Amino acid sequence: MSVKTLTIDGTAIAIEEGATILQAAKEAGVPIPTLCHLEGVSDVGACRLCLVEVKGINKLLPACVTEVAEGMNIQTNTEKLQTYRRMTVELLFAEGNHVCSVCVANNNCELQDVAVQVGMDHSRFTYRFPDRGVDISHKQFGIDHNRCILCTRCVRVCDEVEGAHVWDVAQRGAACYIVSGLNQPWGEVDACTSCGKCVDACPTGAIFRKGDTTAEKVGDRAKLEFLVTAREQQQWTR
Amino acid sequence: MSKTVVIDPVTRIEGHAKISIFLNDAGEVDDARFHVVEYRGFEKFCEGRPFTEMAGITARICGICPVSHLLAAAKTGDKILAVKIPVAAEKLRRMMNLAQITQSHALSFFHLSSPDFLLGWDSDPAKRNVFGLIAADPDLARAGIRLRQFGQTIIELLGARKIHAAWAVPGGVRSPLSEEGRTWIRDRLPESFETITTALNLFKTLIDQQLKDEIGIFGEFPSLFMGLVGKDGKWDHYGGHLRFVDSAGTVIADGLSEDDYASFLGEAVEKWSYLKFPYYKPLGYPAGIYRVGPLARLNVCRYIGTPKADQELKEFRDRAGGVPTSSFLYHYARLIEILACLEHIQDLVNDPDVVSPRVRAEGGVNELEAIGVSEAPRGTLFHHYKVDEHGLIQKVNLIIATGQNNLAMNKTVAQIAKHYIHNSDIPEGFLNRVEAGIRCFDPCLSCSTHAAGQMPLHVQLLGADGHVIQEVFRD
Ligand code: SF4
Ligand code: SF4
Ligand code: FES
Repeated sequence: MSVKTLTIDGTAIAIEEGATILQAAKEAGVPIPTLCHLEGVSDVGACRLCLVEVKGINKLLPACVTEVAEGMNIQTNTEKLQTYRRMTVELLFAEGNHVCSVCVANNNCELQDVAVQVGMDHSRFTYRFPDRGVDISHKQFGIDHNRCILCTRCVRVCDEVEGAHVWDVAQRGAACYIVSGLNQPWGEVDACTSCGKCVDACPTGAIFRKGDTTAEKVGDRAKLEFLVTAREQQQWTR
Repeated sequence: MSKTVVIDPVTRIEGHAKISIFLNDAGEVDDARFHVVEYRGFEKFCEGRPFTEMAGITARICGICPVSHLLAAAKTGDKILAVKIPVAAEKLRRMMNLAQITQSHALSFFHLSSPDFLLGWDSDPAKRNVFGLIAADPDLARAGIRLRQFGQTIIELLGARKIHAAWAVPGGVRSPLSEEGRTWIRDRLPESFETITTALNLFKTLIDQQLKDEIGIFGEFPSLFMGLVGKDGKWDHYGGHLRFVDSAGTVIADGLSEDDYASFLGEAVEKWSYLKFPYYKPLGYPAGIYRVGPLARLNVCRYIGTPKADQELKEFRDRAGGVPTSSFLYHYARLIEILACLEHIQDLVNDPDVVSPRVRAEGGVNELEAIGVSEAPRGTLFHHYKVDEHGLIQKVNLIIATGQNNLAMNKTVAQIAKHYIHNSDIPEGFLNRVEAGIRCFDPCLSCSTHAAGQMPLHVQLLGADGHVIQEVFRD
């Protein structure tokens, strides 16, 4: 396999062909904020938080789904990018209904974390206050669509890791939402194995353990990585 | 020509409030009304949310007595799960409520009311606050601040946060007390006892001397009293049952369950206030006026159950020659309750259960409707939820302490106005006394925490045709 050489924020780095800019940046020790990216599942480029500038290319590129190319000169933290990132996070907050103070994920939320990271203290956009529902028909878990940022991490983890494909995305545009089964209450979806991977995958307080109260949800991302590694390395095959 | 005096806004008392004083043709006060434009939106806001979030939501949104809402919500949640919570959880919840009552009462007495008592109603308003008190009596001010801190720190030790700790949950609590927390509480108790003894002695001297008349002016009238009592009439703040006594001390209803509140509590509506007027149903409206809170709790109980507080309770009753009925004595009752709380905290902190790890019972949605009750520092608090089969809230009704004291606050304001206003002029120092009259009931935390200043008041003197004759502002 051939190796590509490139620079990220001035640091020269060599990485195998086919790697993403995000992986290269990780290698180079350059942090890029992400939300929809989840280690162990495929990338879809949904959140646009990982946008970077590549010299000679006019548009901003999502690092998680852009492959590296020979001689790329990448900037990850220009003023322009900072502005865009903050705007993206502001839009995410304005789009749903986020009341952190009473949220199960308060203090344990990746959306909150990136808000801090990009220096957002309020949203300049008018809040939409959409009328979205809460589904707690499942015995153990619940989904509060008010807090969903449509990152589709739940969709991918359920499909790619658990193999149950309970989740999907319905509608389009502003009406988009996550559905379980054939748009059934979660508790009625036979395919669900109640494994709880989506709870750990969800970056916000949208999917939670029932009975969790304010700030009680602790998403365990390491568990997913552990499962993926174990499977890829065939650690469980006798 | 009859005239109306409007005091507007008495802000930061559960939203927004104003006072109108009606003069008759002779220029004497006819009646007074304390209007509250209460923010009740959050009952609506809760609909559609999982009931497990109610503790967090009500503690947050209301902010009047966060711990009290937390406990009432958790108790209501217990009943939806239909579980019996672990013994340790009940003791820990009790401890948090005792700490909450202590800190809230300390704030009311030391930070807010004592500047009036010690510096005088008519003293310089710029100094009549906790800073003036620090200048005049630094030891007392400091001790008061530390007593409040004692209560707040216990809340923090238990809930990991001073306010809004969503620590009490349906089924119990999240975590027990740590050994370090236990030691801290034990070490700080003697100082707290000393402070409350000093305050009690001071207040008794004041009502024997310079504040003698206030007892008769600041809301002295007969009414019913309601509160929780434990087995055989022991003072309670968390469990037990509801009891009503009248101002002669006769128990007129006992063993009432919160589940039946709608059968004995009516809610009247008046055109001039957004706040409902709860009353004791069997006596009708407005004859069924009742008071809740510290004074009521001391009047409904037979005894407190701890030696020092019981001794003070006896003196409290002896001094009144029966049932104390002046709203001014809420202050006195608050001090006795702090003493009771400290003694109960002392008992609990030495109880092995408070460090037990078994503090939370689990359960599903087993009841679709539940009513929980607890005593907030300001009085009895009811939470009433209806949920669907998954536990999503369908309907919420909250009956809060300030609402239940609504009729009594009106009467108190009227009594003060009648005493001080004798023609269309508003005397100097009157605003401060009206404010103090409302403060007897300690109506809310946000009002209480602007400790450095006073309530903004706007007094309007209106003719019968509605034109403004005179205006006084204070903000
Ligand atoms: S999901 Fe995150 S950002 Fe949204 S309300 Fe919860 S804590 Fe706040
Ligand atoms: S439920 Fe959670 S994981 Fe799924 S799309 Fe929404 S935010 Fe992402
Ligand atoms: S992390 Fe790249 S688009 Fe979301």
